[in-house]
Parts: sequence; C-alpha cells; structure tokens
Amino acid sequence: MRVLVLIVNRLLWFVPTLLGLLIITFTITHIIPSDPIAFIAGDNASAEQIAQLKEKFGIDKPIPVQLWNYIVGVAQGDFGKSLYTQRPIADDLVSRLPATLELTLVAVLLAAIIGIPLGVLAAVNRNSWIDHILRIFTVSGLAIAAFWLAILFQLLFAMEWGLTPLQGRVDGWGPDVVTGFFLIDSLIMGDWAVFWDVVHHMILPAITLAFPAMATVMRFTRAGVLDAINSNYVDYQQAMGVPRRVVIWRYVLRNALIGTVTQLGLIFGSLIANGVVVEAVFDWPGLGLYAVQSILQSDYNAIMGFTLVMGTIFIIANLLVDITHGLIDPREAR
Amino acid sequence: MGDELLKVTDLQVGFSTEGGLARVLDHVNFSIDTGEIVGLVGESGCGKTTLARSILGVLPKNSARIGSGEIRFQGRNLLAEDEATLATEVRGRQITFVPQDPFSSFNPVFTIGAQIEELMKWKSPAIEAGARVGRYSRTRRKEDRERVMELLRTVQLPDPAAILAKYPHEVSGGQRQRLMIAMALLPEPRLIIADEPTTALDVTIQAQILKLLRRLATDLGVSVLFTTHDLGTAYEICDRITVMYAGQEVESAPSDEFFAAPAHPYTVRLLQSLPSRDRGITGIPGSIPGLIAPPPGCRFHPRCDLATAECSATRPGITEVGANHLVRCYHPETTTEAAP
Repeated sequence: MRVLVLIVNRLLWFVPTLLGLLIITFTITHIIPSDPIAFIAGDNASAEQIAQLKEKFGIDKPIPVQLWNYIVGVAQGDFGKSLYTQRPIADDLVSRLPATLELTLVAVLLAAIIGIPLGVLAAVNRNSWIDHILRIFTVSGLAIAAFWLAILFQLLFAMEWGLTPLQGRVDGWGPDVVTGFFLIDSLIMGDWAVFWDVVHHMILPAITLAFPAMATVMRFTRAGVLDAINSNYVDYQQAMGVPRRVVIWRYVLRNALIGTVTQLGLIFGSLIANGVVVEAVFDWPGLGLYAVQSILQSDYNAIMGFTLVMGTIFIIANLLVDITHGLIDPREAR
Repeated sequence: MGDELLKVTDLQVGFSTEGGLARVLDHVNFSIDTGEIVGLVGESGCGKTTLARSILGVLPKNSARIGSGEIRFQGRNLLAEDEATLATEVRGRQITFVPQDPFSSFNPVFTIGAQIEELMKWKSPAIEAGARVGRYSRTRRKEDRERVMELLRTVQLPDPAAILAKYPHEVSGGQRQRLMIAMALLPEPRLIIADEPTTALDVTIQAQILKLLRRLATDLGVSVLFTTHDLGTAYEICDRITVMYAGQEVESAPSDEFFAAPAHPYTVRLLQSLPSRDRGITGIPGSIPGLIAPPPGCRFHPRCDLATAECSATRPGITEVGANHLVRCYHPETTTEAAP
C-alpha cells in the first residue's frame, strides 16, 4: 500500500521535474553562441539560403516560442528530427538506448558485487593493512577522472598487451537484435563466439565505469557495517555466542545495505555522467556517444532528447531505490 | 549454601584510554552458587557491567586488558579457554545474557521469529555438547519451534505465533524484554547474566519483569547474576547482594542481612542515602574517584569517616562478619541504624 502511494507520488512529480530539466537544458543549449545552420549550410551559403534553413527548422523564432513549440511536440510524442540526419530523434534514442543501459547495468552490478564484500572486509579489519590498501582503491576511484582511466586502460590492455579490443561494442554486425542487449541477444542466438566477443569488448568500458561507483559503494558499505557492528543487537548476538561470520554476513550486512542502496540512486546519476565520457573514449555506440556528437554539432533536438531520456532513467532508478529501501527496511514499509 | 557454580577470583581488568589505563576492576572476588540469584549493586561506572561482560567473555578486544585473576565456571577457567570453544560451548549455551536495552537489542530489520530461530540454530539444548552445528535440519527446526512456543507462553506472551511473525518495533518494550528473558532461557543455561534488565522499562512493567525472572529462575534452578544500581530492585529479587565501589567489591551478604546489618561504611552510607520520609534525601559527601589514578588501598577511604592510615596503604582482605556475610574493611560496622 505504502509502495503504491510512493509510486503515484513520484509519478505526479515526474512531469514537473522533467519540465524543469527541459527548460534549463533548452535555454542553455540555445543561448550558447553556436550556429548549427552554419554547419549545415556550409561556407558558400547565401544569407537567403540560411534564412530559409532557419525557417525550415523553426529556429528563426524567439527562444521562448521555440521552447513552447518543443514542449508541445514532446507532449504529443514528437521529439523532433536531427538537424543533420533528418532522422526522427525518437528512433535514434530507441536504437541506442540498449547499448547504454547494458553498459550501465553491468557497471552497477560489478560495483555492487565487488564493492559490497570489499566494504565489509574493510570494516571488519578496520585500520589494518587490508583497510589501508582498500582505502587506496576507494580514494583513487573517487579521484581519478573517468576519461583518463579509460585512456590508460586502452593504452595498457589494448595497445600494449593486446588483451582486449581497443574500442567498439562487437566485431562485425553483432547478434540479431531482440532485446538490444548484446549479452542477452548472443545467448538467445546460442552463439558463444559472439557472446565472448561482446564480453571482451565490454570489459574495459564496464570496469572504467564501475570503478568510481565501486569506490562509493565500498565507502558506504564500510561506514554502514561499522555503524551496525557497534550496535546493541550485534553485541547481543555475540554475547549469546552466535558465530561471528553469521552475525557479520547475515545480520550486519543487511543493516549496512540500507545505506548503500540509498546511495545507489545517486551513484546511478554519476554513472550516466561518466557514461558519456566512457562511451566517447571507447566509441561505444550508446546514448553517451550520441550526446557528445550532438553537442559538438549543436544538434538541438538530439541534445534535448538525450536529456529527457536520461532524466527519465534517473527518476525511475531513484524510484526503484526507494521501493527497494522499503523492502529491506521493514520500519519503512508501513 | 549450595555448590559453587561460578567463582571469580582476584580479577583485574583495565581499559586503555587516551588518558591512560583505567583500572576498572581491582582484584575483584565474586561468586554465585547453583540456583542462586545474586545482585551486583553499585553506582554507574563502578565496574558491574565490566564484571558481567568479563564472565561472558565479551569485553571490547582492542581496549580491554585482563591483568590477573580467574573466572571459574563449573570448574573450568574461562579466561584460559580459547575463544572458539567459549563461543560454541559456553556463551549462549551454559551462560546466557539478558541485555539492558530490549529496544535496541533486536535487529530492526529481521522478524522476531527469525532472530529466535537463528539463536536456536546455534544454541538449542537439542544440540549435543561439543557437536558441530552444520545444517539446521527440518526435524530439529520443528522441535525447536515447539520449545519456543512453549517458552513464550511461559513468559506470558499472548499469541506467540503472531509475535514471532512481527518485527521488533511492532511489539512493546515489556514484551520485548519478556522475549529477551525467553531467549535467555531457551538454551537451558546454568547461569543467566542480566545486565540492568529493567532500567529501560516503565516502573510498573519493571516489577512484572522482575517477578517473572525470579519465578522462572527459581522454577528451573537457574542461577542469575543481576546487575543494578537500584537497591529496591535488588531487594525484590535477589538471594544475595554484592556491592561494588569504584571497581572494588566491598561487601557481600544475603539480602535480608544486607539491609538489616550492613557492615561496610560505603554500604551503610548507601542505604542511608535512600530517600525516606523522616530523613529526606541525603547523599554521600565527595564523589566517585577517577579510575585512571584511583586512590590506593580501599578506594572508598577518601570519603570514609572511619578511614585510618592503613586504609590508604593496602586494600583490606576479606573478613567474614556473619554467615555468608563477607566484607572488605578494616573497620566494619557491627551495629547499624540503617533500615530497609
């Protein structure tokens, strides 16, 4: 029941949040001094041709009018067309979304699967050499810029040792598209060669993306475990002789995860931001790369479309976090 | 009295703090007979919780320093046993624990039933002594559940099945402490250590819980070490009372005699300080000494009217002033004006 109220409440906020996001992004992209028409028309275009093009794309009108027209369009499901390719933005987004989602989800999973146990390990061995070494990892994870790490990985693993492909998502055409998630699609095809190829391509970008998220997960798990370990219920179980490993991995961890899960929503936001950089470096054909190209070309509608999709994903991710929170913590659920 | 179940001899425990070593237990002697309920009474910070935790073997590892002494329980010296053996054979099996705060001693994110089941998985009396606990078999789980239901009825919890399905925050404080008492009894221990088990509860609930604990312990022949700072509470349920002052045990006597004929000057002053109609509230002049640099000898001597030079030189030995009435004082009082 409470979960239902939560969902409805979030959905009500969904529209105003996105609207705010739209207005801000629209204003910023349109007031920066860049001229997509000059790109499209080329050097030799006459003033008349330029005026025609501007009219054609509706960017001759004042910005508030353009904004209004755009919002009306989005409300009707029309995200506009790319200024360059003339393809509908919606189609571009749909075809590129799975690549980004796949990379992001793998990164989240990696961050959780590696970060949570390491966080527990660091907390249990607080101030020992294990904790200090792990701290080096968390601090670097938070401090190292994604693009730098990406290039470093490429230099080392792809160029120097040749262990992984340099960039891209798959060699050749990739699997038949069913879900758009290549890992899943290649399994559906039953083609192990393609599956391993996809995995190979994914390793570097996924690790690059997961690294800072893993650092955050680890820090919060460590803090959560330390908090729980000093609580009376842990003291009680130990005084009653329940084995320590059971107390830590079953009871303490469950309590510690409440904080970690709460952080996952925010981590998701940083994954989206880093994803843009990582996709650009690894030439990953997802939304991030699309956004970079669109921004360089001032392709207004494409930038706006990217923003809308990412905003939506971020809001949904946080809703899921809140629901999960309610499931882990019974005090929240009623 | 009966045979000795637990005997603490000459126990010295300190805690390393930033200011130096806090000498929390100074060569403490203490004992409990089988089936006896002993109250360990003293002000906050006098070391009663430290003594209780030493017996359980759950002192904070990185700060506690055990200097000397012996804790003999059923003949074995707990301080000499290794940690793993204590955790499987003694803690939660032979010696169980009722915590001070039933509110925070349950894990908030698991049902009460799940937490009791976890305890029974490791500590059920159905487990043979020394046996390794592997999988929790279905038959044992079922047997244990029967035990749990029966005991929850014994501690007068209405509708046990419903309570087991609830989360800790969904039941009242009194019910939680009844659950804690049930959990302490479930492994069928020889000794229950109850560390101020009623401090966090309302006065009316306190009385019920104390009576329950007293009745069950007597019925089942379980010994109880009961720490409290409340003399009234101790009087209600204890067979014998041991008083501690600043990390030293000063007097130990059967409850009746303790209140009727206290021998140690601190005990006398303590009983006089109980609020009463004709005296009003009187305190003991001075304050508790710091434990990092405590007074030498008897730690009460700076506040004691009877103190002499020898009091501040060496700590007095144990004098038996009556049947089972032990006192550590050079000048024990023989007559008294204190009344319960």
